[in-house]
Amino acid sequence: MHEQIRQFIFENFLFEAENNALVNDDSFLDKGIIDSTGVLEVINWMEETFGFQVDDVELIPENLDSVNRLADFIIRKTG
Amino acid sequence: MCGIAGILHLKDNGIDKTSDILNKMLSVIKYRGPDGIGLYQKKRIGLGHLRLSIIDLTGGRQPMSNEDGSVWITFNGEIFNYLELRQDLIKKGHRFSNESDTEVIIHLYEDYGTECLKYLNGQFAFAIWDEKTQELFLARDRMGIIPLFYTKTLNNFYFASEIKAIFAAGEVPREIDPVALDQVFTIWCTVPPRTAFKDVYELPPGHYMRIRNGNIQIQQYWDIVFSGYLTEETFEDTIEGLKELLIDATRLRLRSDVPVGAYLSGGIDSSVITTLIRYLNNSSLHTFSVAFEDKDYDESIYQKEIVRVLGTEHHEVKCSYDDISRNFSKVIWHAEKPILRTAPTPLFLLSKLVRENNIKVVLTGEGADEILGGYDIFKETKIREFCARFPDSRYRPLLLKRLYPYLPAFQGQANVYREAFFNKGLSDISDILFSHRPRWATASKNKLFFSKELRERINGQTPEESLTMCLPKEFSTWPVLVRAQYIESRSLLPGYILSSQGDRVSMGNSIEGRYPFLDHRVVEFCARIPGHFKIKVLNEKYILKECMKSYLPQEIVKRHKQPYLAPDSKSFFHNGKADDYMEELMTEECIGEYGYFNPKPVSFLINKCKRGRVIGFKDNMALVGILSTQLLHRLFIENFAT
Repeated sequence: MHEQIRQFIFENFLFEAENNALVNDDSFLDKGIIDSTGVLEVINWMEETFGFQVDDVELIPENLDSVNRLADFIIRKTG
Repeated sequence: MCGIAGILHLKDNGIDKTSDILNKMLSVIKYRGPDGIGLYQKKRIGLGHLRLSIIDLTGGRQPMSNEDGSVWITFNGEIFNYLELRQDLIKKGHRFSNESDTEVIIHLYEDYGTECLKYLNGQFAFAIWDEKTQELFLARDRMGIIPLFYTKTLNNFYFASEIKAIFAAGEVPREIDPVALDQVFTIWCTVPPRTAFKDVYELPPGHYMRIRNGNIQIQQYWDIVFSGYLTEETFEDTIEGLKELLIDATRLRLRSDVPVGAYLSGGIDSSVITTLIRYLNNSSLHTFSVAFEDKDYDESIYQKEIVRVLGTEHHEVKCSYDDISRNFSKVIWHAEKPILRTAPTPLFLLSKLVRENNIKVVLTGEGADEILGGYDIFKETKIREFCARFPDSRYRPLLLKRLYPYLPAFQGQANVYREAFFNKGLSDISDILFSHRPRWATASKNKLFFSKELRERINGQTPEESLTMCLPKEFSTWPVLVRAQYIESRSLLPGYILSSQGDRVSMGNSIEGRYPFLDHRVVEFCARIPGHFKIKVLNEKYILKECMKSYLPQEIVKRHKQPYLAPDSKSFFHNGKADDYMEELMTEECIGEYGYFNPKPVSFLINKCKRGRVIGFKDNMALVGILSTQLLHRLFIENFAT
């Protein structure tokens, strides 16, 4: 799961092959990785890849703002 | 408008090839003046001119001289108050040999030297050779409507309306300037005098240049001064003053010996200008609009409404994704710089439509957004300043949602993400670039695509520092909104709106654009209007709406402002496939060979585009910026065809 998320973030936001520049606890917001529309891309990707819907109230950094938080959120939604 | 070119030999080269070189220079910009070509050559100087006949169709050939042949001019543009100036000059004893506006400049120069510029109301770039003083005098209009480029080699000084004419002379090496790329990928345009090419410069708007004995002196003669607000004037008096000036600016810009048309975008600015044309002249008027097959960009419903009210003979070009893709390369050939949006392309197709209808001149609404506070960046600045005063307020940031109503992706965001974006630089309200930090921070992120080699060649000032160097001394004392207006009027307006999206794509089809809002009297007046008359709370261009509301349909006055945009990445990818030339220019091999960008990240971006996943401004700007840079290299460095 973590590797899948990392690959998505690297290829679609950092436009790099996987490297050590991002650790799984890094905040996407603080590091400027997810920009003003990036969060919508993350949601589209999760909905298509894992087959669940994200509600508006779930669009909060606690769910979406790092690799670890995304992984936990996806596990909760699909568990 | 026309095309001009020239050479000043700084040393006697012994071999006279001046006219051959001038012919080569002019041949690559023939579209700027398909109605005639003229050359003047004397020992050290060569002046060339391509004519687009608009005023004095039978006379007015250039280069043109004074009575005794001691002063010669090559001139591109229009002097709109030439009839009044001519009368004054005749009273002072000058004799005129034709009816053109060009001759007025010559006689003014004889009387006033470089001070002649303050008498001119117009859009212009010209070069005057003074045989007596052996001095070359070049000047460019106040707002940067007409382009003027130059370079100096060991033996020669070259100037021209377009950079390609300078390259066609054959002496100047062609190389894309890494610092220019850094600037474009930050502030969306280059900072004058820098251009996209190394050692080729543009004369900044509102500046003139004198060259004597090989020494170049550049001097600013005009700037927008935001001071001495009309605080004593009532709102009603200010409205009357603005209306009077706009009517006169439009009246002067209808002076032409060929029919004049107008662009209609569907927004308030072009509707105002077209309404004023109708008010001044009730004869048949041709209007022209861009419509889009993609409904997200289409404003034809508003265009049709204003056409219905004004009863113009209307023409429309309906733009598809494919139209943008197929013409993008031509647009880069004309723009001569990387661009971050495809929006100039439909305007190139629009000027073609104008030409097909045998119209040479169009009036447009450009400039109103800058001088009257129309852009969202001004409202954005106002809200950010409001938030910065109480950074802990939970409610003030909610106002940010009022911005960009036309962007579904923006409206769909959670507040926390929207606030994170606009909080860029919020802590330092005294930062003189406060207004533009979020925009530039977003654009700068795309520098992650720059190759290591390119990064190593970017040295010296940052783009922000270069821009700061051009700001007036008193800039930091101005209110934040005024500073934002100044930056927008002195960077993006000449560097993109009036060039890549203006002169270059209209003259590419031999069409002259005229801009009543950029009459310097209107600009000076608007610079003195208090900010709250321009943006009332968050109602942009409030004074213009109030000024014109009884003349315009309410649908036009009350509609949400929609900036002119065109589809970007969607134009180049169809059903998961890229257009052929895009596929070729963006391969890892080609990206690596040209050397500006990192191949692997670009291939990730292309894959994202193919999957239809590029939805934000940042990625779209990256794609268009990289593609246009690759095209610029192919057209100007690799395959430059004269």
